[in-house]
Amino acid sequence: MNLHEYQAKDLFRKAGIPVPGGEVAATPAEARAIAAKVGRPVMVKAQVHSGGRGKAGGIQRAATPEEAEAHASNILGMKIKNLPVRRVLVTAAEEIGREYYAGLVLDRRVGRVTLMVSPAGGIDIEEVARETPEKIFKFPIDPIVGLPAYQARAVAFRLDANAPVALQIAPILQKLGTLYHDSDASLAEINPLVVTPDGRVLALDAKVVLDDNGLYRHPELEALRDPEAEAPAEVLAREAGLSFVKLEGDVGCVVNGAGLAMATMDMIQHHGGKPANFLDIGGSSNPTKVTAALRIITGDPNVKGILFNIFGGITRCDDVAAGLLESFRELEIRVPVVVRLTGTNEEKAREMLRGQQGVTPAATMDEAVRAILAHVEGRGVR
Amino acid sequence: MSILIDEKSRVLVQGITGRDGSFHTQGMLEYGTKVVAGTTPGKGGEKVHGVPVFNTVAEAREAVGVNASVVYVPFAYAADAVLEAADAGIELVVCITEGVPVLDAVRLMRMLEGSGTRLVGPNCPGVISPGKAKLGIMPGPIHTRGPVGVVSRSGTLTYEVVYNLTRAGLGQSTCIGIGGDPVIGTRFIDVLELFEDDDETEAIVLIGEIGGTDEEEAAEFIAHHVTKPVVGFIAGRTAPPGKRMGHAGAIVSGGSGTAADKVKALERHGVGVASTPAEIATLVAGVVGKAG
Repeated sequence: MNLHEYQAKDLFRKAGIPVPGGEVAATPAEARAIAAKVGRPVMVKAQVHSGGRGKAGGIQRAATPEEAEAHASNILGMKIKNLPVRRVLVTAAEEIGREYYAGLVLDRRVGRVTLMVSPAGGIDIEEVARETPEKIFKFPIDPIVGLPAYQARAVAFRLDANAPVALQIAPILQKLGTLYHDSDASLAEINPLVVTPDGRVLALDAKVVLDDNGLYRHPELEALRDPEAEAPAEVLAREAGLSFVKLEGDVGCVVNGAGLAMATMDMIQHHGGKPANFLDIGGSSNPTKVTAALRIITGDPNVKGILFNIFGGITRCDDVAAGLLESFRELEIRVPVVVRLTGTNEEKAREMLRGQQGVTPAATMDEAVRAILAHVEGRGVR
Repeated sequence: MSILIDEKSRVLVQGITGRDGSFHTQGMLEYGTKVVAGTTPGKGGEKVHGVPVFNTVAEAREAVGVNASVVYVPFAYAADAVLEAADAGIELVVCITEGVPVLDAVRLMRMLEGSGTRLVGPNCPGVISPGKAKLGIMPGPIHTRGPVGVVSRSGTLTYEVVYNLTRAGLGQSTCIGIGGDPVIGTRFIDVLELFEDDDETEAIVLIGEIGGTDEEEAAEFIAHHVTKPVVGFIAGRTAPPGKRMGHAGAIVSGGSGTAADKVKALERHGVGVASTPAEIATLVAGVVGKAG
């Protein structure tokens, strides 16, 4: 789960990591009031789950509260990488002396959380990794020991040789480590970490991504979820316990299991079609999940046909068939449906679906994909 | 031979009285697996499908002798269950549970270092040596004994592949789901090494997916340490970047972990990569019996 910058900065503040003062605003008038309260020039920053906010014009400096209001009215309602901006962070503008990068991320290769720092701050760290990898330093953290003070100091001195500055950076790194651990994060990033001309160290930006699997033990963080930042269909899917990702194609997919769901999408493309979604109904058999899945898929106007690919193990094919029949009663399904059911209780499922109008059975995954593509208008099958 | 488990494995089920644990214990028993004990704290003395239940793993091990464990306990307690099994000296622990927090898995792997316990999973379908034993949730009847070793990050996709192999007359030595999480106990290279040393295995099927670089590492390992033919498949060619595709570990981030990179790495090291699950059986049929 992604947090917005203002939410991440709240966590930073609570963890004792210094950030510029400011608050979040949903209207230009609020932005103006916050700027007046800050009492000096401010930055007005779009709050969306996307990088490249500056390049898109979503970050503006304002010398006066009136200017902050004008910028906010521009930025609120703009779209950055197709995401509508609904809030802005109004925060004290700081003079930048030097800028660095500091981040914690899981290094899957070594199975450790790793502290990454770079003297090349203020630019996309993935770009630094690509262009000048020698400017990134990595320090894997022992999960039992954590980040000890001496190691944090060594890393800090590598970033900045000026002792008063380094001795401010070191505790920030440790606090970032504690925050990562205590919030079950999968990414905690300060970019840039700046040194002001008068020698203060501040987190000018903050990015925190939380591990979805850890959220159950942090209800206060789950409450920060911004449903408006997600596609409406993805919100519905999450509430129904489905794993769903919207795509741009026209073939809706209902599959059990994430790997098989990806392989199904891939096979649709392999045969010249385009999948409309990734959807995993999960391992358990539950007819209501099938209905929820079809409600989401049929709500996508692009969808011209729906493919069921079920390999029954724990999932019982007859439960899936029951869900499909129930969906035909509850929903208006106007597009063709091809159903491939293999495994537990497949004969019973096939019997149940016999005679249901609009449903074509298929014996194999390959046959099913070909059949749905033949149904979907204007699509040649390779 | 087969790897990790066989007809002699004496199996413990952790979380045996739960809905999943009880259901799959029955499935494992029906398959002929020697499930000799179960644990659920506080339910010691009960029986599930005739299997005695103990309060602790150490107690179960002491009473009946156990060398492998399957974990079905809920995600909040799964890491603790694996630790308990390791502490009791169980050699193989298969963790089926999905939803284990990544930081729990990180700590767990650190604590298993040097312990002599091998963890498979979490978030996996388990391990099956057809005709001998099944530790997990996969449908038994689709498997048949034979020369193909299967290792996969997925569940139902593996069933699909195994089903095709079986229908093509290609049986399996052992099938291992290593799990869909970013931090897992047993990785591709560990299993490749075991299959390379297994007499029964003549060819290996490796089913990967987007996210991480384990397939690239596997490709490198195959080039230097595996003489048996390997057939690969990578799921997620059409997955958009930055989106988690169901499995916690299936995500392309910062341009790394793409299907294209993985396919390229495997092909560069001489691994035939199938473009559909059905094609895997065709490619395997072409190499079985030709192993050096």
